[in-house]
Amino acid sequence: METKNIITKPSIIKETNTDFEVRSLDTICINESNIQHPWWYSIKYGVAGLLFGILLVKAEVISWFRIQEMFRLQSFHMYGVIGTAVVTGIISVWLLKKFKVKTIYGEPIELHPKQFNKGQVYGGLLFGAGWALTGACPGPLYALIGTGATVIIATLLAAIAGTWVYGLLREKLPH
Amino acid sequence: MQIWEWIKQPWPWYVAGPLIGLTVPLLLIMGNKSFGVSSSLRHICAACIPANIPFFKYNWRKETWNLFFVAGILVGAIIATNWLSTGEPVAVNPKLVHDLQQYKIHNYSSIVPVDLFNWPSLFTVRGFILMIGGGFLVGFGTRYAGGCTSGHAIMGLSNLQWPSLVATCCFMIGGFITANLILPVVLNM
Repeated sequence: METKNIITKPSIIKETNTDFEVRSLDTICINESNIQHPWWYSIKYGVAGLLFGILLVKAEVISWFRIQEMFRLQSFHMYGVIGTAVVTGIISVWLLKKFKVKTIYGEPIELHPKQFNKGQVYGGLLFGAGWALTGACPGPLYALIGTGATVIIATLLAAIAGTWVYGLLREKLPH
Repeated sequence: MQIWEWIKQPWPWYVAGPLIGLTVPLLLIMGNKSFGVSSSLRHICAACIPANIPFFKYNWRKETWNLFFVAGILVGAIIATNWLSTGEPVAVNPKLVHDLQQYKIHNYSSIVPVDLFNWPSLFTVRGFILMIGGGFLVGFGTRYAGGCTSGHAIMGLSNLQWPSLVATCCFMIGGFITANLILPVVLNM
């Protein structure tokens, strides 16, 4: 009986962890919550996205012109936006940790440390190149379509294709 | 009324930046979600074209929140463009205007340069490299790096993760090289 327990227990733990392990591969943005909710609980994230989308347009950070100014050191605007966003984020996360703030469902807030791998260098350089060409990172791609630049749908599809090709070649790439 | 006029102007960095930063605690408090956008591209792959690739074999339904979030971005942009804007041209540094003149880029009426990003030019070499080549690099690079400007530069740095600092520096290096050395060649095509 006892040996059976020892054998079965780890396998159960492994199985429940596998999906999280695959899901959290090569990604920062992830659902850390263990609570299962019906899909319509996700509508509130749509509202959060809506506010974020308004910010992206009003700050003009989705503009190809603003990105070119940034990479040519012709304007402080982008540095100001990203800089103050990071400082606000750092203070917020520090406060959340200090006061052990819980989610609205009473779950403790969890943040996992990220491991370094070479992908952050190679991928980072490639994404930087894409950012300079399109003038958009993934968030702005969605926002630009919303502003009426329908041709960006093609760029978004190309980005999805890029992600897919990465998934296909992942094992062969240096990490 | 004056406030309304002010809202319709482009927002300065010291207003927009902190508000963007507040997205981080908002999503964490709403339900333990780490802020980021590029993963949505992976979830779309996992949901629509997994093709038996191990990287796409996971329960994407657990990340539905992210797809709602990006759909929200699109709707937010529609609202901001149609009801919260003056419709005035983008104010650009005269130096950039001067630089872009030589590539026949004159139209500043939209947030994207209409001279470059439009359907007919998608079928030219220049347009294809900018829109399709650039888009491919955005999708491939962000996933290889494990995050984009929101995931690494904002969420990762907020949590003081040094790999995110490395990634953010590489985004900037890649961007500087491309914008100053490669983009002029592409724009001349």
